Amino acid sequence: MRNKNRFRSNIPRSEITPEALYRSRRHFMQGTAVLSATALLAACGAPSGPPEAGTPPPPGAEGQMGTAVPTFTPAPDNLTSEQDILSYNNFFEFTIEKETVAEKAANFVTAPWEVAVGGLVRQPGVYDIATLKQQFEPEERIYRLRCVEGWSMVIPWLGFPLHKLLEAVEPLPEAQYVRFETLYDPAQMPGQNSDWYDWPYVEGLRLDEAMHDLTLLATGLYGKDLAPQNGAPIRLVVPWKYGFKSIKSIVKIDLVAEQPQSLWMKAAPEEYGFYANVNPDVPHPRWSQATERRLGEVRRRKTALFNGYAAEVASLYEGMDLQENF
Amino acid sequence: MKEKRPFPPTLQLIFHLLAWLPLLWLLWSYWQDALGLNFVRTITLRTGKAALIFLLLSLTVTPLYLLFGWKWVYRYRRPLGLYAFLYAALHLLTFVGLDYGFDWALVGDAMRNNRYTQVGLTAFLILLPLALTSTQRSRAWLGPKWWKRLHRLSYLAAIIAILHYALLVRQYFTQPITFGVILAVLLGTRLFMALVKKRYALG
Repeated sequence: MRNKNRFRSNIPRSEITPEALYRSRRHFMQGTAVLSATALLAACGAPSGPPEAGTPPPPGAEGQMGTAVPTFTPAPDNLTSEQDILSYNNFFEFTIEKETVAEKAANFVTAPWEVAVGGLVRQPGVYDIATLKQQFEPEERIYRLRCVEGWSMVIPWLGFPLHKLLEAVEPLPEAQYVRFETLYDPAQMPGQNSDWYDWPYVEGLRLDEAMHDLTLLATGLYGKDLAPQNGAPIRLVVPWKYGFKSIKSIVKIDLVAEQPQSLWMKAAPEEYGFYANVNPDVPHPRWSQATERRLGEVRRRKTALFNGYAAEVASLYEGMDLQENF
Repeated sequence: MKEKRPFPPTLQLIFHLLAWLPLLWLLWSYWQDALGLNFVRTITLRTGKAALIFLLLSLTVTPLYLLFGWKWVYRYRRPLGLYAFLYAALHLLTFVGLDYGFDWALVGDAMRNNRYTQVGLTAFLILLPLALTSTQRSRAWLGPKWWKRLHRLSYLAAIIAILHYALLVRQYFTQPITFGVILAVLLGTRLFMALVKKRYALG
């Protein structure tokens, strides 16, 4: 009994990547020969095979490749190409022009990197990124990403569920929310010189959202370490919320009693709420959220409630007015 | 003497070639795969900007005549206006056809919820009767006075079109502001000249 159905969503069958194709992709990425579900289990923790000819691993990727636990997450849609994921980014710390973020972020220094985890916890700690990856084995999770602007991608992340880290620091009973903060370094991140926003970037989750198994701290994608434009070296991924909730290049995680105020809530409180759950029925004040364009496709698709993860997360919001709590 | 000479056809040809350039550039970029990842958005932005530029150029004609007395510029007014309409129509077609695949339910939803869509559509609906009444025949049918009054709506269309653009951008308002300043100068010139004229007439 594998947890195959755990992340099942209501995406029609026709849109699902054929399993054979997905597996061949996995085969390509992991460089592993045998790939039945049981073989995957058996491969846990074992170093992967040699990379295939012509695909040398990127620098610094070895550790991740070696320790990646190939958790089988059903691929819900076609993967967005790695090139597209690397070249279409919203990362205002560098520039607001999506297609030049990669270039502007190219020299971003992500090593050494420490993440301070504290606040209302019994075991606060400062984690070095390498330690984090060692302590919490990265696994692969294929998630849809829906930007509040109306475009989307499907990304094979590498990362570990946030709850593992939170459990390690032992939240106190008063802790109700988790507050995340991005690095503040205007010398490296020229966008932070702009007065439009109250830097650094801050995001927050309710503790139960943070503890949900879908909530990921990602350190890589497509089997490699994260590129700076994708939020290196560590970022949040909350697939049922709009992309801006998935804060990048995190240096600080605090457990707190009060609901944190995010950068976007401060910048435009009428437009961006704390929850920011993907919801086709709750339009942004200036535009509809009923549709989205999957990058690489021409026509729009209909957007799904909770980005297609309603089966997993709808219970978190039972009895809540989603129009009110946008 | 000079003004009565027939207009050089080479210049006409160059003008029309330049006017089709934004579309040719778009097709060439498509051919070269240079429209970026969100190419529907790029097409939308480029056609919209071309429409706005031609609309402002058409509004430059009368101020140029008023300031410098160049009568020949009037030859360009109608084609400039029509090119503005052409690019606005392509812009709308991109939105309805390419972006929303003529799915009228989705288009309707966008019309209800997207503020910039509502504003943009308003500008288009103002341009539409202007394009339809651009012929000499409709001018005669309306009479010069009413035709002029109707076509002064092009200023309103330009104001609304710039607002439509401003609603879309964030943080970098340089371009919408630039367009706005140009429009203000053009409209200001006309108002100023009208005032001066009135004063002289009274004096």
